[in-house]
Amino acid sequence: MTVARYSLGALIRHATRREWPRVWRSPDPKPTYDVVIVGGGGHGLATAYYLAKEHGITNVAVLEKGWIGGGNTGRNTTIVRSNYLWDEASHLYEKALQLWEGLSQDLNYNVMFSQRGVINLGHSPHEMREIARRVEANRLNGIDSALLDVDTLKRLVPCLNVSPSARYPVLGASHQSRGGVARHDAVAWGYARAGDARGVDIIEQCEVQGIRREGRRVIGVETTRGFIRARKVGVVVAGHASVLAAMADLRFPIESHPLQALVSEPVKPVLDNVIMSNAVHGYISQSDKGELVIGAGADQYNGYGQRGSFHVIEATLAAIKELFPAFSRVRMLRSWGGIVDVCPDACPIIGKTPVAGLYFNCGWGTGGFKATPGSGWVFAHTMARDEPHPLNAPFSLERFATGALIDEHGAAGVAH
Amino acid sequence: MLLIPCPWCGPRPEPEFTCAGEAHIARPRDPNAVDDEGWADYLFNRTNPKGWHAEQWCHSSGCRQWFNVERHTVTYEIRRVYHIGEPKQVEDDVG
Repeated sequence: MTVARYSLGALIRHATRREWPRVWRSPDPKPTYDVVIVGGGGHGLATAYYLAKEHGITNVAVLEKGWIGGGNTGRNTTIVRSNYLWDEASHLYEKALQLWEGLSQDLNYNVMFSQRGVINLGHSPHEMREIARRVEANRLNGIDSALLDVDTLKRLVPCLNVSPSARYPVLGASHQSRGGVARHDAVAWGYARAGDARGVDIIEQCEVQGIRREGRRVIGVETTRGFIRARKVGVVVAGHASVLAAMADLRFPIESHPLQALVSEPVKPVLDNVIMSNAVHGYISQSDKGELVIGAGADQYNGYGQRGSFHVIEATLAAIKELFPAFSRVRMLRSWGGIVDVCPDACPIIGKTPVAGLYFNCGWGTGGFKATPGSGWVFAHTMARDEPHPLNAPFSLERFATGALIDEHGAAGVAH
Repeated sequence: MLLIPCPWCGPRPEPEFTCAGEAHIARPRDPNAVDDEGWADYLFNRTNPKGWHAEQWCHSSGCRQWFNVERHTVTYEIRRVYHIGEPKQVEDDVG
């Protein structure tokens, strides 16, 4: 099948003829694949795409238990940035950000990546010292990052309350101008379409229920559509990593928590940056439709229920109202929860497992969306070569035994 | 929001409580006999079940007592509250 290339000419042609071809096929699963990716979210689809594009491996299936873009890919707050503290994490997220910068062209699909800048507020002298440290660490790693004083902040974000009499006064901020937002659904759809065009089978409504092994080697997956044989299996199931790990008798250093978000009714353009505050805990941006997109903190208990407790939302809205008094009467349209797999060091696990041919990419915690292209890129490398890329080598499962943890709780930016 | 039946104070709203994760994780009796993988398993690895979960809670804004709770991680239903030191019942009842 040939995929129509999107262009202005194609837009006019399809609009006048009123015919829009399917964006990707819907094949039945083949009995055998070289690679099976479990999980059709952004990370899994990106993995399949880069396996085909960078490594020439096209006999690949992506198995999705629901529909493409229906899991955490469609539940995040779409923020993209790379201003992490430690070298390992900042290199990984910066690789992702560089891929974001050419992604729409690469996929021939508009992911609406908007580099409107990400601002992290500081509310105490201690927090400002930590922010300054992180800004300098970013600059040493070649990542754009700047320290903002209150006057500059007021010019950049006129509706932000920087009054010294605020309950938690804003003392300054960090600013990554290359950061921003992208349309999360479009990222999944764009990777699905581009992967499909290179021969990847995207199989929706196909839940993996078991991981079949022979000795210490994986040989395939049991699914609701029968057994599918595979030489290599990559598991990319944000929110269910422990469940899939248990299918291979593995125990992971992961706990799954609900993480909530909400959007307001659409309003006129009022906020053209992404604003985050770790101290009062809230983060907010405005979507192209005009909705205020607001992220809350993770709930304290383990939960797979895709919903959290109301007081968590209440605390976040109190913080938002304190930072933006003008938003006090904006009505919220809807709220939802996603399941986030949190590692003890707030960093992901990307790599091999004790089972040969079985790879996991998981534990992205509260901030996996921003890493989508980089995550798929390094995971495709890891699966194709059976060894991690230098960018993801530090993010191995073994680090919990060796003690080489990468503590990114500060830069992860969500209370948990 | 969860309504948690504190064994001493009765049902109280969740914001009064602190959750400390999985219960019944025993520190190795002979630390010198444990290798690095064993320590990693004790310190970091968690069962994290999708189903019934035995977990530790503290009534931190109330009586400040610790206790264990059996709670379902999908429905969030609490079916049992019991004292620290009592055996768990969940075992293989995870699903």
